[in-house]
Amino acid sequence: MDTFVKSFGFMHDRLPLLLEKTGQHIWMCAVVIGISLVVAVPAGLWLGHLHRGEFLTTSISNIGRALPNLAVIAIGLGVFGLNFTNIAVALLITAIPPILSQAYLAVDQVDPDQVRAARGMGLTPFQVLCKVELPLSLPLLFSGIRIAVVYVISSATLATVAGGGGLGDIVLGQANYGLQGVIAAALWVAALALAADGLLSLAQRLLVPKGLRTKGS
Amino acid sequence: MNGVLLQTARVPGLLSAAGQHQGHGGGPVIPDYGTPSRCVAADGTFCPDWFASHWRVLFWPALLQHIELTVIAVVAGFLIAVAAAVLAHFQGWFAAPCSAVSSFLYTVPPLALFQLLVPVSGFSVLTVELALVAYSLYLLFTTILTGLREVPEDAVRAARGMGLTRRQILFKVELPLALPSLVSGLRVATVMTVATVAIAAYVIDAGLGSLILKALQSPFNTQFIGAGALAVALALAADGLLVLAGRLLTPWARSRRAA
Repeated sequence: MDTFVKSFGFMHDRLPLLLEKTGQHIWMCAVVIGISLVVAVPAGLWLGHLHRGEFLTTSISNIGRALPNLAVIAIGLGVFGLNFTNIAVALLITAIPPILSQAYLAVDQVDPDQVRAARGMGLTPFQVLCKVELPLSLPLLFSGIRIAVVYVISSATLATVAGGGGLGDIVLGQANYGLQGVIAAALWVAALALAADGLLSLAQRLLVPKGLRTKGS
Repeated sequence: MNGVLLQTARVPGLLSAAGQHQGHGGGPVIPDYGTPSRCVAADGTFCPDWFASHWRVLFWPALLQHIELTVIAVVAGFLIAVAAAVLAHFQGWFAAPCSAVSSFLYTVPPLALFQLLVPVSGFSVLTVELALVAYSLYLLFTTILTGLREVPEDAVRAARGMGLTRRQILFKVELPLALPSLVSGLRVATVMTVATVAIAAYVIDAGLGSLILKALQSPFNTQFIGAGALAVALALAADGLLVLAGRLLTPWARSRRAA
């Protein structure tokens, strides 16, 4: 227990260091999440709209989940070397699959009657996607994004292995910061993940249409 | 008396050996590690021959440790999750706190969880297993509970009509019908555990992760690339085996699919 008490002392004494590393950590995660949102959300939504590519999306998500992060970073060191590309690739592999598969599933499971009704009202395919399917699929889509964000925040700790900075520098730097430093940074990462998850659930509550709020989410 | 004799006997021997070396080569004493293959000498990205020759000393034991850690964690997590899910299925109020606690544990990054447990249970296998089980609970619990809840009401009612007790209904009707989702939960949990065990090497010196970590600092790539590839292969193999097991355990699903 003593170590836990000391870790709070560490947080107090080395606050600037912790904040700097947290900044790096958040920046790294934000870049990766941004890229994966831009890539995976439109692709998943469009495939779900066409009701095609179920095999593709499920196998991408299965394989993506099966690749151990540390192993990917290790192999990446051989391929890309010691730089941000390596970390970004490893983190993208963790982030894209859940977003893609949930985006696909979300649109795919929208009630076909509603889509047909929308089409009967003369909406173009793009309008059907944006005005009917997207709002209806927001809860599931958000669950995918939340999983991805939490994954990325926790995996980004490993970025330090490839010289990427972030809180992992302290979590895995027992030689420099002592066990109390490690514990302090570990608590910090856990808090960061929980805070991000909480923020996203708040955003989900604000964005999801009123009619959908009662069931689920 | 004996010790003194031994010491005096050894010193001249050592001196003469050093003298011999100096007389022999004239340069520094270079230990003999055998002749490196061309790939190893050229520091290639991945040397299959080095991988093969170190398979029995390095990779195979690490792979076995990795499998052992994974199996213990998944079995323990599965038993706890099944018990919790059955309880939650019988007593509805139990579901909410269970899912809140397990989702909290799931959100905490595993690497942080390992480190947070170190002051409590030390750098031990127990630390690793506790964190792994905590991490796997959420996925197992939610998939198993969903599976139990999605059992067709008719099947349960028919079983009740045939005079089965509540426990018989659970073991003979509900659990078998929930098998597909049980297996899918196990697949995800197993694959994630394989990945997390690799990170456990920061706490204990075991598994493929420790090979990766030890080699990362060196300029020679084969060890960590080989261990990484093995970890990926292990995850994919475990996933495939569980799919197969699921098919064998639910023959009725296949016959229905074929019909």
